[in-house]
Amino acid sequence: MLTVKGLCTEYVGERGQPIRAAQEVAFGVPPGKLFTLLGPSGCGKTTTLRSIAGLERPQLGEIAIGGELVFSSQKNLFVPPNARGLGMVFQSYAIWPHMTVYENAAFPLRVGRRKFSRREIDERVMRVLATVDLAEMAQREATKLSGGQQQRLALARALVMEPRLLLLDEPLSNLDAKLRERMRFELKRLQRELGITTVYVTHDQSEALALSHAIAVMNRGRIEQIGAPREVYERPQNQFVADFVGTTNFLDATVSGADGAAGFYRVRCELGELKAQAHEALRPADKVVLSVRPEDIYLSELRPDGENVWQGTVDQKVFLGESADFQVAIGERRLQSRVHPSLRTRVGEPIYVRIDPEKCVALKP
Amino acid sequence: MQAAGEAAPVFATAAPRFDAKWLIIAACVVLTLYLGMVPLAFLLWQSFFTPQSAAKAAVFTFGNYREAYGSADTWLLFGNSLRFATGAAALSFAIGTLLAWMNERTNTPFKGLFFALSVIPLIIPGILFTVAWILLGSPKIGIINLALQRLFDTDAVFINVYSLGGMVWVDGLHYSPVAFLLMTAAFRAMDPALEESAIMSGASVLQVVRRVTLPLAWPAVFATLLILFVRAIESFEVPALLGLPVGLQVFTSAIYQAVHRYPSQIGLAAAYAVTLLAMTSVGVYLQSRLSSSGSKYATMTGKGFRPRTIDLGPWRYLTMAVFLAYFLFIVVLPFMVLLWSSLQKFYAVPSMEALSRLTLDPYRTIIAYPNLLRAVWNSLLLAVASATIIMLVTAVICWIVVKTRLPGRWLLDNFASLPMVFPGIVLGLAIMILYLTIPAGIYGTIWIMLIAYVTRFMPYGLRYNTTSMLQIHKELEESAAMSGASWTTTFWRIILPLLKPGLVAGWIYIVIVSIRELSSSILLYSPGTEVVSIVIWELWENGQYVELSALGVMLILALFVLVLAAQWLGRQFGIREL
Ligand SMILES: Nc1ncnc2c1ncn2[C@@H]1O[C@H](COP(=O)(O)OP(=O)(O)O)[C@@H](O)[C@H]1O
Ligand SMILES: [Mg+2]
Repeated sequence: MLTVKGLCTEYVGERGQPIRAAQEVAFGVPPGKLFTLLGPSGCGKTTTLRSIAGLERPQLGEIAIGGELVFSSQKNLFVPPNARGLGMVFQSYAIWPHMTVYENAAFPLRVGRRKFSRREIDERVMRVLATVDLAEMAQREATKLSGGQQQRLALARALVMEPRLLLLDEPLSNLDAKLRERMRFELKRLQRELGITTVYVTHDQSEALALSHAIAVMNRGRIEQIGAPREVYERPQNQFVADFVGTTNFLDATVSGADGAAGFYRVRCELGELKAQAHEALRPADKVVLSVRPEDIYLSELRPDGENVWQGTVDQKVFLGESADFQVAIGERRLQSRVHPSLRTRVGEPIYVRIDPEKCVALKP
Repeated sequence: MQAAGEAAPVFATAAPRFDAKWLIIAACVVLTLYLGMVPLAFLLWQSFFTPQSAAKAAVFTFGNYREAYGSADTWLLFGNSLRFATGAAALSFAIGTLLAWMNERTNTPFKGLFFALSVIPLIIPGILFTVAWILLGSPKIGIINLALQRLFDTDAVFINVYSLGGMVWVDGLHYSPVAFLLMTAAFRAMDPALEESAIMSGASVLQVVRRVTLPLAWPAVFATLLILFVRAIESFEVPALLGLPVGLQVFTSAIYQAVHRYPSQIGLAAAYAVTLLAMTSVGVYLQSRLSSSGSKYATMTGKGFRPRTIDLGPWRYLTMAVFLAYFLFIVVLPFMVLLWSSLQKFYAVPSMEALSRLTLDPYRTIIAYPNLLRAVWNSLLLAVASATIIMLVTAVICWIVVKTRLPGRWLLDNFASLPMVFPGIVLGLAIMILYLTIPAGIYGTIWIMLIAYVTRFMPYGLRYNTTSMLQIHKELEESAAMSGASWTTTFWRIILPLLKPGLVAGWIYIVIVSIRELSSSILLYSPGTEVVSIVIWELWENGQYVELSALGVMLILALFVLVLAAQWLGRQFGIREL
């Protein structure tokens, strides 16, 4: 549905210097799927989204929507945003304060190139407002809406034209934590029900993991990895992705050699020898970084069976309600582990640590 | 889905659908450049030529400048202008700062009320304020002199407004509200925590003032002084009414005299005007430099602090008395004297006898005055038309400046602000010369006045619109584009409605200042295109003081109602101050 190739977008900085906000960005989104651009603030997500929307004119690359080129630097083609027929929800929602809820939602139908009759407009607007649960508020001043309602109105306005592609720029970041969680489910339900192709921008990894069919992790204007949520989380391709998507423990290590099954290696780190998995071929003496998620570090008071087991002491612990975080010291090194809160070992007491080799990912630094 | 499919992308770029966007933008840009640049160019050009007449063509000459600068009179003129402007600026600064300090940093009683009243003096047109002060302070008929003479039983003249000191007093007093508003803003922008933290660091009060308060306040103080100086040197009414009768000339009144002499010496007037323009340009330039470097101070101050007020103890009744005296001088006395004079058949100083002769005759006379109805109509027409044109055109201009990344947009901003340096009389002169020279057929019509008003007040419109435009989040506009709206639709249905607070406030402001305008109109009006302020001027020249006062009272009341309506409207639209 959407293909982006070799996209480069630059801004002109304060002193005239170019700011490369997006570089060689390339990805595709199949029809009906929700694709997420995930990355820290300032990494170029919004820039990429605005380039797709036509609000920025990229320097290089090609963008096609539904098979039609809308931008190509080679052919010097640029379709202006108001002719692209896309729906977009802005981070600030951009609800027009001088209009009612109804007028906000009806605006795209009134100003577009295609003309609608009054009845058609009324029908479509009420239908889309009902979809986002705002039908009773149609005549209300848009400024009288709460944050969550504004967000839904912005969504309704983006959907009313039944666009071929929906663009969402951090649509939940302005809501408080509780509401954010609820809207996350609402959004997912709506997208799956309408089957509308969506590009979603967020810096919140849990949002990305919860909503997406596919995620692109971005850093400094470039895409670091594209994959399904589970893939990105469990098999990060590099240290940045491992660090940004979820919390993790990093250990510097050196490869000693292959170990049995394909993809498994023996490596030496400050904790000693251990077995780890890698998604690319490694050779002895390669320097690697091991990434282990806290929830993949198992703690027990009795010595467990299997490989990758050490003894340490509980250095600190934090009770979080549904789970507990432990800092375990092994020699000089501290590892963070997330366990069930039923583990009651006290600070200073000894404890056993086990890491599943499949969950211990060796990355090229 | 279908809708989007229909818009053929190739078509959209290869042959863009005709969009009124470029037409509107081009029209506004051309108009702005034309209004900002052309009169200035003609003024410069004219100052290097001899007068054109039926017999002789204009020839290039330095004669105008030689004549202007060769004579010792000019240096006298220069000195007078400088002394007058410096004095008036210093006086209004001193008054304004004292009042602002009392209002912001002390516990003077009723100061909230005072702040609300502080805009009232601004609605009294300069010519009426000056006339009122003549009635109060003239050596022969001035009420203050007569009262003091009776009190002390002498015939000494106590005050004389027909002097440099009198000019400074009247002009400085009239514009002190401007200083008050500017310095109030400066006091508000200064976070008391900055001073308090200096005290906590062990500094003495004197050290705090020297090392913290003054360096912080300096940009605001200097900018305020410059604004007041430029304003005073442009002032026309006070020097014309108070200086000319006793041969005290400044540049503005000299330009007026050069044009009205027979034969009129337009080249000489232009040479004076160029000098005056140079002086105001330097002032405006310094001030804009200052305000851009001043923003670095602005970011240092936090918002949301409660200004610390000094407890004056019993002295607060003294400061209250200062407030009252000020209000007396600037509003009550001038208005009362006009009111008194408007109720007399012939002007007479207040006395028991005169009190018995109160009459409404002047009101009847002035309402029946032949030109009045047409003048009122002209004033209203010009005020409404220029305010509307300015606000719409500058809305487009400031959209370009604020919202686009068009190269050279800062130039556009500067051109639109250029008329700021034109003193009213210089602008009138430049426009007069321009349309005398090119046969556009608008000289002597109301159109030439409209052009002058639009040019003169364009910078105000730009400023109001810019403040509002900066507050419009760009996503509000972009979401309209994403909805499929063209630029024209977006501008009309999104930008203009969102700009409304600034548009309305600026519109009202321009209407008010247009109705008060005198110094450009005085060179441009002809029989049939008089405006209200010109009628007042004529009445003064004819010595019809009581009719003038009647008209003045009605005008002040009308403007007062307009300001009240504006403030009410402002609250409706959520505008804080006008
Ligand atoms: N209009 C602009 N002018 C100059 N630089 C910009 C502009 N918009 C964004 N940038 C810069 O481009 C980079 C990417 O910004 P953005 O795409 O907004 O990041 P994100 O949405 O991922 O937080 C940042 O370094 C930002 O400072
Ligand atoms: Mg962003």
